[in-house]
Amino acid sequence: MDFDRIKEKLNILADAAKYDVSCSSSGSKRTNTNKGLGDSTGMGICHSYTEDGRCVSLLKILMTNYCIFDCAYCVTRKSNDIKRAAFKIQEVVDLTINFYRRNYIEGLFLSSGIFKSPDYTMERLIAVAKKLREEENFNGYIHLKSIPGASDELMREAGLYADRLSVNIEVPTISGLKLLAPDKKHEDFTKPMLKVKNEIIQYKSEKKLIRSTPKYAPAGQSTQMIIGATGESDKDIMYSATHYYKNYNMKRVYYSGYVPVAEDSRLPAIGTQVPMLRENRLYQTDWLLRFYGFNVQEILNNNHPNLDIDIDPKLGWALRNLHHFPIDINKADKLMLARVPGIGLKSVHKILNARRFRNLNWEHLKKIGIALNRAKYFILCDSNKWVHRDLDADKIKGMIIQNSAGKFRKEYSTQLELFNTKAV
Amino acid sequence: MNNSKVLIYDGSFNGFLTSIFVAFEEKVTVSQIQKETVCQSGLFSETQTVLTQVDKAKRVWNGIQKKSNSALKNIYFAFQSESQDVELLLYRYICKLFTHETSIAYDYSDGVVLKISQLAKSVGREKHRMEAFVRFQLTKDGIYFANIEPDFDVLPLISKHFRSRYADQYWLIYDVKRKYGIYYDLEKVEIVSLDLFEIHSNSIHKSHKMTANEYDYQDLWNNYFKSTNIKSRINLKLHTQHVPKRYWKYLSEKKQAI
Repeated sequence: MDFDRIKEKLNILADAAKYDVSCSSSGSKRTNTNKGLGDSTGMGICHSYTEDGRCVSLLKILMTNYCIFDCAYCVTRKSNDIKRAAFKIQEVVDLTINFYRRNYIEGLFLSSGIFKSPDYTMERLIAVAKKLREEENFNGYIHLKSIPGASDELMREAGLYADRLSVNIEVPTISGLKLLAPDKKHEDFTKPMLKVKNEIIQYKSEKKLIRSTPKYAPAGQSTQMIIGATGESDKDIMYSATHYYKNYNMKRVYYSGYVPVAEDSRLPAIGTQVPMLRENRLYQTDWLLRFYGFNVQEILNNNHPNLDIDIDPKLGWALRNLHHFPIDINKADKLMLARVPGIGLKSVHKILNARRFRNLNWEHLKKIGIALNRAKYFILCDSNKWVHRDLDADKIKGMIIQNSAGKFRKEYSTQLELFNTKAV
Repeated sequence: MNNSKVLIYDGSFNGFLTSIFVAFEEKVTVSQIQKETVCQSGLFSETQTVLTQVDKAKRVWNGIQKKSNSALKNIYFAFQSESQDVELLLYRYICKLFTHETSIAYDYSDGVVLKISQLAKSVGREKHRMEAFVRFQLTKDGIYFANIEPDFDVLPLISKHFRSRYADQYWLIYDVKRKYGIYYDLEKVEIVSLDLFEIHSNSIHKSHKMTANEYDYQDLWNNYFKSTNIKSRINLKLHTQHVPKRYWKYLSEKKQAI
């Protein structure tokens, strides 16, 4: 193995793959029954974290960064003047195995620029996965990209070796796609998605009858949208995410704040700040929809097309719907508890269990770990100290902001600092 | 006159469970349960040394299991925390467990229960960290070797994870702080105690005991780690929160940083 050459390729092809944010390695069970290598229990592991705070759990690389397409938002678009490289199939297999054996990674995330044709590219991705599973006895996690435009037969084969498949929709609106990726059609993205969705349903129902039915993409499929590249509203993004969750049974939709990689009049200029706070708010909303029983219309609608920047979406919802509150911690049902700002699902679980023994008061709630600085305005408990009183929404918001230190505060605070330490 | 006593055990989990058995059987009012290595006799309290008996320990274990599986896990994990006076806390927890009809494992508004579940949680977190942060290096004898220095004694807790994951390679994970390791020989995992003088943690000082390619792979991994970072999103606070600095010296990708 020529390590210097591999190193060069790895640098180029890892650098090009890093804008794909999906790094989950969970949700797939592959038990090591054959004394092979690797064992996935369904629980993901983040083996390291880069300096941007994102986790490293998979070896995330492109097969090649040669591409026949010219999508404006993409760093590997054909008109971009960058170094190009390509891995051989065996090289990817060797890297994966050697990294996995040293406990660096949970598995492989393999994507690719599109060279020759979508089918040719997809075949090579599948060849890597097949080799890992069949020749190396590998039970670790494999995430393959579905190449837009790949044929149905290839998508079926891919799911037999991969744990997760994904196609990145990238631009949330069809008009935006026409503007930024004129070579790609919306159908190119949705066709493989639909195929994978149907195959998953079919294999699952067959598995119920015949236990030896092989696994098909057991960790489901996911997609990703770029945020802040085409001027879409939070409502556009979340409605479109809901569409993919509902119609394609997505396991995850990822939101990726656009990192400017090109000078192009259609896009934010290079050096524009990455919209990380907005991205954070969108993920919070995503969680509210998937786990907290919220409906997307409750959080985003024509009156509120964008999320609040200074407070989280659950608090925003609660302040607009004060007529639901206060609720009694010792009586409210699970769904209502989950809607209280400052109470997460773990706390809901703890409250439900703990209140079977005795009525809970402020002291108990604090010890259990509830964020009382937010929750106290919305709840009653076993105490005559009632914090809620008759405050209106603005008042509550003001008090919460005043008494908390958000990590993003400096990004939206308009207040001048008395001692400006940043000035040189 | 109460017969308040300090129970002394050998430091093993079985020893601890035997002490619990003795305390219940002989109706001892326990004022303290201590490891023999750290034992300090009180001025006015009597001490009693407990000999570890596996059958007695087993009975306590089964008794707890019958009450609640999550309590069992909490007790085992909290014990591994080695935190000061955890034994007495656990004794109180077990007393509560046996005196109540329903399982008290979820009574989070009770001080003892909450404390034990928090301890168990920190140990669980450390266990998960070690499953992530172990970095094997391939030695010339074909053994994948790793050093760790966890906050708690988590080697017994991670052995199953590594056994089922690396079923086809020899490996050894050595706890530098507690001076013992677990070794897998393709058949079973064994506890090995050895005194390693050299700590092979740093790829800057290459050791001749490793295979020739070992440092090439570490180099590739470091390069990958650097290339996958997005500079315009830098967030060092979050980075150190996820990868606390005390672990850096055993992570090949962070070695140059220290």
